[in-house]
Amino acid sequence: MPGSIQSIERAAAILRLLAAGPGRVRLAEIAAALQLPRGTAHGILRTLCEVGFVAQDGASGKYQLGTALLQLGSAHLDVNELRARSMNWADPLAARTGQVVRVGTLSGPDVLIVHHVFRPDGTDQSADVGTLLPAHATALGKALLAYSPAAAALLPIQLTAYTAKTVTDRTQLNHELALTRDRAFAVEFGEHSPDQASIAAPIHGYGGLVAAAVAVHGDVDDLCDTTGQAWPMMLSRVRDCAQAITRDLRRARSTG
Amino acid sequence: MSQRFVMSIDQGTTSSRAILFDHAGRLVSAAQREHHQHFPKPGWVEHDAAEIWRNVGKVISRVLTDIGATAADIAAVGITNQRETTVVWDRATGVPVRPAIVWQDTRTDTLVAILSQHALAAEIPTRSGLPLASYFSAPRLRWILDETPGLRERAARGEVLFGTMETWLIWNLTGGRDGGAHVTDVTNASRTLLMDIRTLTWDRELLSFFDIPEAILPEIRPSMATYGLGRGPLTGVPIAAALGDQQAALFGQTCFAAGEAKCTYGTGSFLLLNTGHDLVTSTHGMLTTIAYQLEGEPAVYALEGSIAITGSLVQWFRDGLGLIQTAAEIETLARTVDNNGGCYIVPAFYGLFAPRWRPEARGVIAGLTTYITSGHLARAVLEATGWQTREVLDAMNADSSLPLRTLKVDGGMTSNNLLMQFIADVLDVPVVRPMVTETVSLGAAYAAGLSVGYWPDLQGLRRNWHRAAEWQPNMDPVARAEEYNNWHHAVGLTFDWTHNTTPRTNSPQSQGDA
Repeated sequence: MPGSIQSIERAAAILRLLAAGPGRVRLAEIAAALQLPRGTAHGILRTLCEVGFVAQDGASGKYQLGTALLQLGSAHLDVNELRARSMNWADPLAARTGQVVRVGTLSGPDVLIVHHVFRPDGTDQSADVGTLLPAHATALGKALLAYSPAAAALLPIQLTAYTAKTVTDRTQLNHELALTRDRAFAVEFGEHSPDQASIAAPIHGYGGLVAAAVAVHGDVDDLCDTTGQAWPMMLSRVRDCAQAITRDLRRARSTG
Repeated sequence: MSQRFVMSIDQGTTSSRAILFDHAGRLVSAAQREHHQHFPKPGWVEHDAAEIWRNVGKVISRVLTDIGATAADIAAVGITNQRETTVVWDRATGVPVRPAIVWQDTRTDTLVAILSQHALAAEIPTRSGLPLASYFSAPRLRWILDETPGLRERAARGEVLFGTMETWLIWNLTGGRDGGAHVTDVTNASRTLLMDIRTLTWDRELLSFFDIPEAILPEIRPSMATYGLGRGPLTGVPIAAALGDQQAALFGQTCFAAGEAKCTYGTGSFLLLNTGHDLVTSTHGMLTTIAYQLEGEPAVYALEGSIAITGSLVQWFRDGLGLIQTAAEIETLARTVDNNGGCYIVPAFYGLFAPRWRPEARGVIAGLTTYITSGHLARAVLEATGWQTREVLDAMNADSSLPLRTLKVDGGMTSNNLLMQFIADVLDVPVVRPMVTETVSLGAAYAAGLSVGYWPDLQGLRRNWHRAAEWQPNMDPVARAEEYNNWHHAVGLTFDWTHNTTPRTNSPQSQGDA
């Protein structure tokens, strides 16, 4: 078996560095952090810029993650295809939990609502399809950000507080995203509007990467206990739904 | 009641499915098997009824074993089926005498043209509610009797039996050769051209017109009645309801009252409007059909308008033009532009059906300019489904004077938000999608559960119905009128095409077995 390819290792290290950092980084900082000659670092960065994984800011000359990297997992998943594949599973989730169900995908640093199922209680409701929600203040967003460091890197330095519970501290958010990766689900507890909560689980796309997420959304008491822990039955239904949509997407791709 | 579930068996054109529903109308378990499609000649479409019965047996077993249920857990079985597909079998052996002739089959076109010369042909619509067309079962049964040596004599002696798919399944489920019930339900019988739509009995004049011996026909029963008890894995379970697939969707959508309507958007689309106990005879090309009948009660009627090309236009856009990869992507493409750019597509691929009935017409793309992009074409494809729905609804309104307040929708195309919004816009009524999208199976389950008292009444079923999505009309009335006018103009351009051109025969079945 041949040894690993050094330039790819170095490119991966640069991407990790950019993903971990707070924003744009200078060439000198990259070279220093990775102990690379400036010329070598510059050559790798230029190639990464050409394939769209890295972008260079025209004014400052600093580097950041590129949009092609953001689209890696979801580029080939059409949002309307996602809705068509989700519908048969999102409906039963709404019926069984009695809650609003939403399916979302990342659009830059925001969550784009792709599918919305009404709460089955006979009340007048309107669909949120097409609206953007702040990723850091929703379970959908946290479930998506957790698997997309590139999108997380696009979040503004100052996170908007929607309620007293909104996570605005970047360190705390990073901690929550790490927790989300460990548990494979995300909870939002009164962080977007005071009495509402949501529970989300990731949907994996064709390449196995997280491409979307599905969430139930409703009154805090219906979804969580008083400490903000998701009720186990709610959680397992959300996760079952996410797995079913994942299977459907995989099957769709394999059967053409 | 100790039984936990109701089973529906949906015997469809491409597959057979068994689904268990619980008391709240929620899907608990499902199993499905596809069967082969046979295209022995251009225009011919056949199924092996024996294969279908074997598949139904398998999905029944699997839907039970998947959740560890047995016959004791099942309160009743309801059947729904592809309509008008015709099978004849030997009563003594249970073996079909020849392949079932499927509803899409056009082999009886010539026979129907000959029959339509007879004096009684003009009376058929008022007697049966249907136009004389090869679409329905009677010409197929006549063809089988004509083309199978000695069969008419055997039929007269009661040795062979005719049925549509629900009849075939009920006979087999209730024992087959060993005393199986030979029955059909009123909704399926209303699609044969042989039933008097008023008395709900076989019409002797029509039997004589089609030269069909009465002994071959099943007994006509209400859609909700216990036809017999199951055998095998369903031992002792009442087979308690049967409905044609479109009627089952109407029932599953809880359109129980006059003025309620549903449209199922699939390859083609079917709009059914409940007209209550009033029989409405259409003067605008709609069919009169039975919606459902509870045992001991008068039948509930419906008007039916079918649209031949809806989802199949999207499939053509995908497979024929290659402009999209998946059907759902048409919405993505359509949203790249704000409007149709003045472009209209009229999919008169095989002529125009209800309410225009212009078999000589062929499709057009109208209003082409260099401005038009694939996005505009995608819009025009989706809008064609909207305007065709509007035309059918206008015809129904002219016939029935039951103004529609809401259109309930189901079927695969309901995942397309742009299309659903456009339909709400052009109909100027809210469009509502229910939470359970399996409305055909649910309708059969509801009917069976109601029949045996698993559900007490129609009101209880209404409480199980929940909106999953709703689209409110939001179109300027002037713009709507202008667009509708443009659509009419485009439709006018399709007329007479095959009268003035050299035809090319491009039958969809001419490519051989799929």
